[in-house]
Amino acid sequence: MSIEALPPEGALRTDVPVLEVEDLSVTFARRGEQPTRAVDGVSFSVAAGETIGLVGESGCGKSVTSLAVMGLLPRRGVQVGGSVRLGGTELLGAPDRTLRRLRGSEMAMVFQDPLSSLNPTVPIGTQVTEVLVEHRDMGKKEAAAEAAELLDRVGIPDPARRLKEYPHQLSGGMRQRALIAMALACSPRLLIADEPTTALDVTIQAQILELLRELVVDTGTALVMITHDLGVVAGLCDRVHVMYAGKVIETADRYDLFARPRQPYTGGLLASVPRLDAGRGVPLTPIRGSARDAIPWAEGCAFAPRCDNAQDDCLTEVAGSTVPLEYDGPGRELRCRHPLTYPSSPVGATASGAGR
Amino acid sequence: MLRFIVRRLLQLVPILLGLSVLLFAWLRALPGGPAQAALGERATPEAIARYNELFGLDQPIWVQYLRFLGRAVRLDFGTSSRTGRTVTTEFLERMPGTVELTLFAMVFAIGVGIPLGYLAARRHGSWLDSGAVIGSLLGVAIPVFFLAYLLRLLFAVELGWLPGSGRQEVRIDATHITNFYVLDGLLTREWDAAWDALLHLVLPGIALGTIPLAIIVRITRASVLDVVNEDYVRTANAKGLSADTVRRRHVIRNALLPVSTTIGLQTGLLLSGAVLTETVFAFGGVGSAIYDAIFTRDFAVLQGFILMLAVVYVLVNLLVDISYGLLDPRVRVR
Repeated sequence: MSIEALPPEGALRTDVPVLEVEDLSVTFARRGEQPTRAVDGVSFSVAAGETIGLVGESGCGKSVTSLAVMGLLPRRGVQVGGSVRLGGTELLGAPDRTLRRLRGSEMAMVFQDPLSSLNPTVPIGTQVTEVLVEHRDMGKKEAAAEAAELLDRVGIPDPARRLKEYPHQLSGGMRQRALIAMALACSPRLLIADEPTTALDVTIQAQILELLRELVVDTGTALVMITHDLGVVAGLCDRVHVMYAGKVIETADRYDLFARPRQPYTGGLLASVPRLDAGRGVPLTPIRGSARDAIPWAEGCAFAPRCDNAQDDCLTEVAGSTVPLEYDGPGRELRCRHPLTYPSSPVGATASGAGR
Repeated sequence: MLRFIVRRLLQLVPILLGLSVLLFAWLRALPGGPAQAALGERATPEAIARYNELFGLDQPIWVQYLRFLGRAVRLDFGTSSRTGRTVTTEFLERMPGTVELTLFAMVFAIGVGIPLGYLAARRHGSWLDSGAVIGSLLGVAIPVFFLAYLLRLLFAVELGWLPGSGRQEVRIDATHITNFYVLDGLLTREWDAAWDALLHLVLPGIALGTIPLAIIVRITRASVLDVVNEDYVRTANAKGLSADTVRRRHVIRNALLPVSTTIGLQTGLLLSGAVLTETVFAFGGVGSAIYDAIFTRDFAVLQGFILMLAVVYVLVNLLVDISYGLLDPRVRVR
């Protein structure tokens, strides 16, 4: 298949990471309400062919981060700060026309709930072809043929028929495949998948994840996986950024992260995954409390109230003494004053002994 | 689709049967019976007896009902005691006026209401938005006859800009084929007659269209505000479609679904006759005919008109349901 995105005016560079996010902050400020900082100083980058994971509980700011990258946050009542560069081009503050040209062609997004993310009154075919018509200057016929090919590529059987159908006539897995087809229509350099498998059956989940993995391998697309599912992370992501209350609290490649989580929160996330090899009747070990128990970062560590390792210096009386994100060995960063330690393991080995 | 329509038409049967029983019983329940009600309190017993014999009112009640039903099925509702013509003739002459008036009122309500509601939503929180909300509240709250009277007083009586009564100037000797006066004027190429009939629709049409207008503005506004926050609109934006395409294909179309329901219901309501408005403007539609029939105790006209209007109402609702399926594939019947 020959899908080649038309180079937009002021073409994106290829000698820099596909996506560079620096010190991104998003503040929601409604009139008469206390402003809420949903994302605070988040930085990460994704190279072509790389998959990174943004992991955290609901409300930790991972979805807001992705919407900010795509420029899909409402303009009113939202302040976005920092820098988001796609192929070296700054997106924050870019005019609406530029963003619309890049969205769908150079960067695309797959959403969480495939049913509500598809327009119920427009046939699937139109929803796929409109991207092609918009960004690839195709005629209707050409676009229809290409759309059928796209549906076929994402594994939808009998694509010609499906194109004429409406979203409610498709199964959940097929809807998500259709959404992925729309996202892939212009071979974007960046794909953001916001919990793409949460609304699906496990069997379908595996198929969708496999589809995304193939995509990264085949086309060299940079993929940002947003998820709370550590299984997804383990299967797909090269690097993982764990977020809590709007900040990145731990960054590591996936093997390090699973083998030796340093932030007690990451450790808690891993421990709360049910294990097949645990004996029956062994209770699950959840993280106590909920994300709403977070304290402001300015007062130390937002996770401290729920943390088993927390000590007095995790909570400070002085405003502005946020626990910093610091270098924590090669390829790792950590925001914690009392991380989990692994005394028995020498440097370079892993705690569980699992090979890298 | 055909089965759906047939099923809906069959539903008409119980509705009309029930209505006929009600109407029949109501006439018999009048104090002193229909004869007394028609002839007045001082009618002599002989006159009443003759009246009863003439209209078969001396027969057992179930015979009376079956006869009534038998005639009604053949669209024979008797003759008007006021004009001496058959009720069906009266209806065919009056209904086109009401249809024209309804169409004018709804075109006005839709043509102004949807753009206004949409703009109000787009500029959510602006003065235009607040104005539309307050205005539509006023529109629902003002009694129609009062507004009709005000409009007539101002634009017809004081300023003389527009005609304030009737369906057409008498001095225009127009030819009538269908009794849709505007259509007749166009068919016979009597342009002045068509234009004059159209002008006669303006004031009553605006008065009548005010409530639908107010409702349409509110529903369109609320619906657009809802739809712009839908996930699929975010998807459309994420696909990089132009703002125009997003609006046209993904926002407006879905936002109009609830509006179309309202439009259908309101059209049905208006078609069943706007007694107050038609009376204020002395407009010769079914509304003013019903008003006249009530005051002249023209029971045949009342019975016949009410039954036929019920049929119209049900048919309009059927049309609405069918058109809803055209707009929303999820409720499409197969």
